[in-house]
Amino acid sequence: MAKAKTADYKGKTALLIDDDVDILSQLKSYLEGMGFTVLTGESQSDGEKLIDESPFDIAVFDLMMEHQDSGFVLCYKAKKKNPDAPVIMITSVTSETGLQFDVTSDDSRSWIKADVILDKDIRVEQLEREIQRLLKG
Amino acid sequence: MQNLRVLVVDDEPGMRVGVARALSKFRVHLEDFASEFGFVVEECATGTEALSLLSSKNYDLLLLDYKLPDIGGLDILVRVNEEKYDLLTIMITAFASLEVAVSATKHGAFDFLAKPFSTDELKSTVRKALNSLMLQRQARRLAEEKRQVRFQFLSVLSHELKAPLNAIEGYLRIIDEKTAGDDLCQYEHMVKRSLLRIEGMRKLIFDMLDLTRIESGQKVRELKLLNLVEAAQKAIENLQPDAEKRGIKISLHAAESVPLNADMGEMEIIFNNLISNAVKYNKDGGSVDVTVAPSDGGVQISVADTGIGLKPEERERLFGEFVRIKNDQTRNIPGSGLGLSILKRLSALYHGEVGVSSEWGVGSTFSVLLHDGQAFVPSQTLSAF
Repeated sequence: MAKAKTADYKGKTALLIDDDVDILSQLKSYLEGMGFTVLTGESQSDGEKLIDESPFDIAVFDLMMEHQDSGFVLCYKAKKKNPDAPVIMITSVTSETGLQFDVTSDDSRSWIKADVILDKDIRVEQLEREIQRLLKG
Repeated sequence: MQNLRVLVVDDEPGMRVGVARALSKFRVHLEDFASEFGFVVEECATGTEALSLLSSKNYDLLLLDYKLPDIGGLDILVRVNEEKYDLLTIMITAFASLEVAVSATKHGAFDFLAKPFSTDELKSTVRKALNSLMLQRQARRLAEEKRQVRFQFLSVLSHELKAPLNAIEGYLRIIDEKTAGDDLCQYEHMVKRSLLRIEGMRKLIFDMLDLTRIESGQKVRELKLLNLVEAAQKAIENLQPDAEKRGIKISLHAAESVPLNADMGEMEIIFNNLISNAVKYNKDGGSVDVTVAPSDGGVQISVADTGIGLKPEERERLFGEFVRIKNDQTRNIPGSGLGLSILKRLSALYHGEVGVSSEWGVGSTFSVLLHDGQAFVPSQTLSAF
């Protein structure tokens, strides 16, 4: 994992929810390296609470936590509370089940409220690129 | 009542009317399916008509004359097979020759009726065919359900195996590229976490093999009169080193001998699962109390710990496959999420049930009531894999 080169995001807050504590700590330190203040949670209910209580500029959610669709629920709630903040969902579900989620069609965008869905075995650099793209506007 | 569609193909009008009349008021009650069946009969006189009807509608039973004016009954039978119509065929023959019967059966006819036949003969043949048809359909349905469950199981399994891989890979990249700075402690933590995740993966693989062996029924079960106290002692001995490391005291409360007709391997897995959980989820310096006692015509095993306990909502989710209760206390405990599934399935082989009582922060008691083992594997335990 290369250290994030940019530290453009000082003063911005990222919401990071994943029930795998190792992934959580790895992504947290990467996002911190990018300058974000990172709020973390380990479950859908942690996430719901954070969405409710704390302002955030971007959110990163795992899909499968205590429920199979926890990530979808969080996406929906995040967009409802804070429509302008981009939401990234990370999941390993697609490659295993052959289920295809994407958010490129209007139809899927209408029910999946994420701006981008990334596979869990992505490199963090990819995550960084997506964040840069989404926060550019 | 369920109506079954019957197609009668015969060039003799009398025969068609006779069959239709006999079946129109006929009711079959199948005990195994807890339902009653009636019949809706359609008829035609030629093979050509029969083939066109068969391709446009669904029938459950086909009563087919062997000798038709245009296409032979056997040829129609061949087509029925080729098209894989979901129905059973009863051949109607004018001459009850063995040769005809053999070739009809070879081509997939379920049974045959020799002309002239009585209403009773017709009804009994139809009843037999119906029973067989329903069994076939049920078997197909079960096989499909099983396939579905297996697919789900494998999807979740691969998810559970990939999660630690991703975590370990992430740590290795940080270590490889030394992105966490110069403080060695940071890296030590990552190595420890990686080792823990690997241990979890290994446990998952072993547990899965256990589960697969139970489900497939391939493991030869050797049922004999065992002293369960010995099985308990053996499990305690195995787990003693882990317990001692954390100052946990395991005590066994049992008479000298508590017999049960059981398989030794299965009993070891049960005790091992229960006691290792009680150690794993205990507090340092805590205790584990194992009780084995005759109860209610069987044997009650209970294992009480002084561990972290469960919240009521956690207790409800506990027995699901791959479910692990995640919180600050369980974070550093490797587990597969399959242990209790295994316990539940094994107990089912002994008409047993697994129960749990627990108080959060105080401890949990898991208990299993086992009855004498049965030699066959009950179907409900097979259905899940």
